[in-house]
This record gives sequence, structure tokens and C-alpha cells, in this order.
Amino acid sequence: MASPYSKELLLDMYRKMYLIRRFEERAGQQYTLGKIAGFCHLYIGQEAVAVGPVEALRPDDYMLSAYRDHGQPLARGSDAGMVMAELMGRDTGYSKGKGGSMHIFDIEHHFYGGYGIVGGQIPLAAGMAFASRYRNEDRVTVCYFGDAAASQGALHETFNMASKWKLPVIYICENNRYGMGTAISRVAAVPEIYKRASAYDMRGEPVDGMDVLAMYEAVKDAAEYCRAGKGPVLLEANTYRFRGHSMADPATYRTKQEVEDERKGDPIPKLRAYIQKQGLAQDDVFETIEEEVNAQVDQAVKFADESPEPSLDELWRDTIVEEGEEDVRPRERVLGQKVNWPTYPSGKELKVTWDLEPREQAEAADKKAGLVR
Amino acid sequence: MPELMYREALNQALAEEMERDANVYLIGEEVGRYNGAFKVSQGLLDKFGSARIIDAPIAELGFTGLSVGAAMVGLRPVVEMMTWNFAILAMDQIVNNAAKLRHMSGGQLRCPIVFRGPGGAGGRLSSQHSQALEANYAHFPGLKVIAPATPADAKGMLKAAIRDENPVIMFEGERLYAIKGEVPEGEHVVPLGKADVKREGSDVTIITWSRMYYFCMQAAEELAKEGISAEVLDLRTLRPLDEEAILASVRKTNRAVIVEEGWALAGVGASVVDIIQSKAFDDLDAPVERVTGLDVNMSYAANLENATQPDAPKIIAAVKKVLYREGA
Ligand SMILES: Cc1ncc(C[n+]2csc(CCOP(=O)(O)OP(=O)(O)O)c2C)c(N)n1
Ligand SMILES: [Mg+2]
Repeated sequence: MASPYSKELLLDMYRKMYLIRRFEERAGQQYTLGKIAGFCHLYIGQEAVAVGPVEALRPDDYMLSAYRDHGQPLARGSDAGMVMAELMGRDTGYSKGKGGSMHIFDIEHHFYGGYGIVGGQIPLAAGMAFASRYRNEDRVTVCYFGDAAASQGALHETFNMASKWKLPVIYICENNRYGMGTAISRVAAVPEIYKRASAYDMRGEPVDGMDVLAMYEAVKDAAEYCRAGKGPVLLEANTYRFRGHSMADPATYRTKQEVEDERKGDPIPKLRAYIQKQGLAQDDVFETIEEEVNAQVDQAVKFADESPEPSLDELWRDTIVEEGEEDVRPRERVLGQKVNWPTYPSGKELKVTWDLEPREQAEAADKKAGLVR
Repeated sequence: MPELMYREALNQALAEEMERDANVYLIGEEVGRYNGAFKVSQGLLDKFGSARIIDAPIAELGFTGLSVGAAMVGLRPVVEMMTWNFAILAMDQIVNNAAKLRHMSGGQLRCPIVFRGPGGAGGRLSSQHSQALEANYAHFPGLKVIAPATPADAKGMLKAAIRDENPVIMFEGERLYAIKGEVPEGEHVVPLGKADVKREGSDVTIITWSRMYYFCMQAAEELAKEGISAEVLDLRTLRPLDEEAILASVRKTNRAVIVEEGWALAGVGASVVDIIQSKAFDDLDAPVERVTGLDVNMSYAANLENATQPDAPKIIAAVKKVLYREGA
């Protein structure tokens, strides 16, 4: 049967997944060399969970994640050198080296950050979706979080509001089965995270997170549902991280056998096998892509290596917005490239037409209760 | 100039700013159909509709975080905390997200948002409902913290806070809402970060903010009868502190008493003392005194509750101490 996906799309997915894999391997090396410090959480094994959704979304849809946050911005088109520079704490990083590995922000590509407090980004995403609804835009927000984050109160408070107010937000739980060293099954009364949606009358589904096409389809469908104003969606991407929780974790809480078994489901060879089986590309094409990406990542490491640390003046910037101060546009600042930057309607232009709780609805409830106001 | 209650002044500020800028919305518990737990949002639902005056579920962390997210992408939320005691549940979103977004993003993002509600003792409510928590927030870079005492300042500073490009924490007071004062109509904007000499004097500076201001004024009047001229400096903004105003007044009077409703340890007053001793030590004729809430939890019983808080007699005693007129 012919593939319903174009060759371009499939090869683009392959390139992006391979880029993340290669980037993360090199980041791990740089960590071992002492050039990256602190917490560094690699995405190896979970690439499909970033790439499928990115391909299914519009470039101007909002996206944000937890601290395991190198994969999504790379998939969205962030400059690999500037991400690597951020990991190394350099002035040329996306946040001038102030955020590091856990806090990648690339607003130009609508990637609104990596967050270090488990579950802390979940309400933010609902708020970004709220803003879209408030302004009557058909944009969706996609928010990643881990399986362990699903136990946070923030998630439950947010799901309640997101569903009640039908906010256009897609939550993607990256269930890699562990929160640090704790298996989700040990601490969750219901380890199937997608089921939590049902408590809030919200759509929730499991997805094979090791299959980039399954992720693509799930998010394409969810985005359509959100854009149609039907409310939020929870997708549970069942995935696995091949490496430890962070570079500091030898992962002794799981067996070698388990990791080996899971590696058989590696999403990258899986996509390659699919493309080859479809007869859309053969070895030479993949070799070319891999060589190009390897060179791109080598260049990224070189760029970061050769970049200076931030100047000490930077200590006093970016805490309070001073009167009239503009936002920093990283690629413009670092590479001198003109970039598109989000703009918002002024308070005079904006017309809010959304009726969040229609009066009739509220009055009907009053009437039912026999209440006269 | 019309006389308004503190709550009416806030209402006016909200209505004017929402009229001026459709990006401004108000969210909180009971702000809509109930017209506000303390009636600050009276009539606003009818005026602005349910997407701009939003009755939130009891989920402080959730609706606070949601609004921080909305502010990241261009809206200008005003988040009403029913009281600041309950906002402790939301502190993660304020401290770890709102205060740090600009920093973590290296200047790519801004977070123009106001968190406001009553702080301080309520009145016969015991310990969970009677806390002056402003020192907690004053600690964090990335936030601005304001605590106006008068209706005029309440209006002008809320308007300034809504227009500010940063997260602003606003402490009002359950026992301030019914206080009356003259309030300028229309475009009355009081800049943040500026203290105000509310009463001029030459013998001693009494430094304070929020509800304690009224005890300080009462004390100053009593002291005047004894020939002691007290200057009352209302800080109004606690982050950033108006160092210039503090130093100018102390250099003039050479003595200072700081009055704070909250606890002494790590209080805002401790930082004011630090500013004075490090920058005006040679101007001082006496050690700086502090009058604070007692270092205990607030009780329900009327006599215990009263004894826990600063009042005019305690302030008068402290003033006499720095003037070496104890027992006089
Ligand atoms: C509120 C909070 N508690 C604890 C931590 C420490 N911590 C960092 S990551 C982590 C595990 C989270 O696991 P999960 O949500 O499954 O994401 P994963 O790392 O597997 O991607 C913990 C406990 C934290 N950063 N924040
Ligand atoms: Mg996990």
C-alpha cells in the first residue's frame, strides 16, 4: 500500500529525529568533558514524541515543556549552535547562558520554555491557550510534561479549568515510566495517565510514543479538535528514555535487560525501516542526511566552544523590565539575522467577544435552584 | 475631590484600566456574580462580561499559573487573591515562574501581571487568616511589591501596577477597604517605587506602610501634643525600596522608628534598618527602633489579638525611646 505521507515529510521527520539524537549524544560527551554542568536531561529515546507533534502543528502554535527540553526546540527549528551554547553557559545561548540546559526559550519559534519545577508549566500552557481564546485566534498550545508530573496538584487544577472553559490546549504526557528513579507504577494509583482526563470530562488517549507517525496523527487530530473550540486534549505518549534521568544518574533502578528490550523499539530505525519499505528512499539518502546532521552538530559544538561567557554586566539585566525596554531577540542579537517576533493587538484594537459563562447559563442554574437574584 | 472608600478607589482603578485596555482582565474567587469577597469588583461583571471578569474555581495555584501564562503572550491579567493567606498555595507560580520568566528566557519574555488582595490581620480570625506576608514577596528579585495605605494611593498605584511591564504584588487590607479618603478623579497614576512623606516633622521619622500608617498618624498627633514633631514616611512600595526618601528623612530628623505589622525576623523593616545604618550611620542620634507584630501566631481572643499587633501607644513608646525620653 502506498504511504499516505509524502517523502518530504517522512525524510524531514527522520532528519529532525536524527538531529536530536546526535545533538544529545554530543551534549552528553560535552558534559563528560566538563563543558556542560548542573542538570542535563537527555531526550534520547523520546525523539518521536517531539518530532511527530511539531510536524502536525502550525509554526505559530505555542509550545512549552519541562526541563527535558532540547528536543522540541531543535525540532521547531532553533539554532543548534545557540542551544548548545546555552548548555555551555555562553553569551551566545538563547538565554545568554542564564538558563542553561533546563531553560531553553526560543520565542521566535514559539517555544516558550523549559521549566524546572515539576508540573509548573502546566497552568502556564492553559493561560497561553486562554489568551488565544480571549483574542479569538485559532492557535493551539502544546504542553509537555512527564509521568511523574501527572501527580502534581497543578495538573488537576489546570485540567479542571481548561475543560470547563474549553481552552485550545493539548497536553502531552511523556510517559517514560520513571520519575527520576521511581517507577510510575510505584507511586500512581492509576499509572495510565490518559485516564485522568475523564475526571474532567476531557478527551484523553494513549499514543505509541515510539512511533513518530502515531504521534503525528494523534496531534493532527487533537489540534483540529482544539481549533474547532471543542476543548483540551490529553495525550499520553508511551515512551522510554534510553539514558539516565540526567547525566548524573547511572540508572541502577532498572535492569540492563529492560533497557535492551526497549531499545529494540528505537523510533529512529523504525521510521527508517518504514521509509525504506515504502521504497521512498534507500541507504544513500539516509547516509547523506546523517552526514549533514553530524556536520551541523559538530559546527554547533564548535560555535559554543568558541563563544565567550556572558559579560558580568548581564547580571543586572533581564530581571526587571525597565521603562521602554524592548524584548531580546536572540538570533538577531547573536547572529545578526532579522527575525519575526510575536506582536499582540493593542488594548484599543482588541475586541473581546468570548462569553466565558453566558448569562443565560448562569441564570438557568439559578432558576433551577429556585433562586431569584 | 470626591471622598471614596479604599475599595471604591480600587474599583475605579480597575474599571478605568479595563476600559482603557482590553488586554486587562480580572480573575479570582467570587469576583464576578458575587461582586467580590470584599466588593472591590462591584458591578464589573455587568460592565465587562464574563471573559474579562472571571469567577475562578478555588484553585489558587491553577488560576495564578494560568494568568502568568496569559501574561507571557500579551494579556495583562489582574489576579485577585481572596486573601494573601490563600495565595500561599499559588506562591510557586509567582516566585518560580512570574518572577523568573524574564531571567530564564534571557530577556525574551515579559510578564505584566498584578496579583492583589488583602493582607494583614482580618479581625478575630485567628492565625491562618491573619498574617502580614509582604516580607516574603519583597525578598524576590523580579517582583515589585506595593502596599498603599490611603484610597488615593490605592487607586493611583493599582493603575500604575496594571500598566507596569513586570509582575506586581499588591497588598491591600481587609481593614482598609472601608476607610475613606479624597481620591482624584480620572487619570491619577502614582508611580511605583516612590515613598511619600504623609506628615512632615523634625524630631523623628516614623517609617511605615499599609494599615500601620493609621496608627503612626495617630501616634504623631499624640506626640505633637507633647511637643514632639514626628515625620511619617509612607513607603507605599516595598520592592524596590525608596532609599533616597528614607535617607533624606532620617538625615533631617536623625532618628527613626519603623512600624511593621508583620513579624520582626527577616521583616521589611530589618532591610530599612540596614539601609539607614549603612548609609546614614553618622546622621543618627539614636539606634533605630522597630515596632512589629509579636513573634507569635495570631490568636482569636480579642485581648490576645490586640496585644499581638502594633498600635499607637507602642509607637509612642518607641519614639520616646529614640528621643531618650523614656518614662518622661
Ligand atoms: C516540584 C519539584 N519536585 C521535585 C523535583 C526534582 N525532580 C526533577 S525531575 C523529577 C522527576 C520527574 O519525572 P517526570 O515528570 O516523569 O519527567 P522525566 O524526567 O521522566 O522526563 C524530580 C522529582 C523538581 N524539579 N520539582
Ligand atoms: Mg518520567
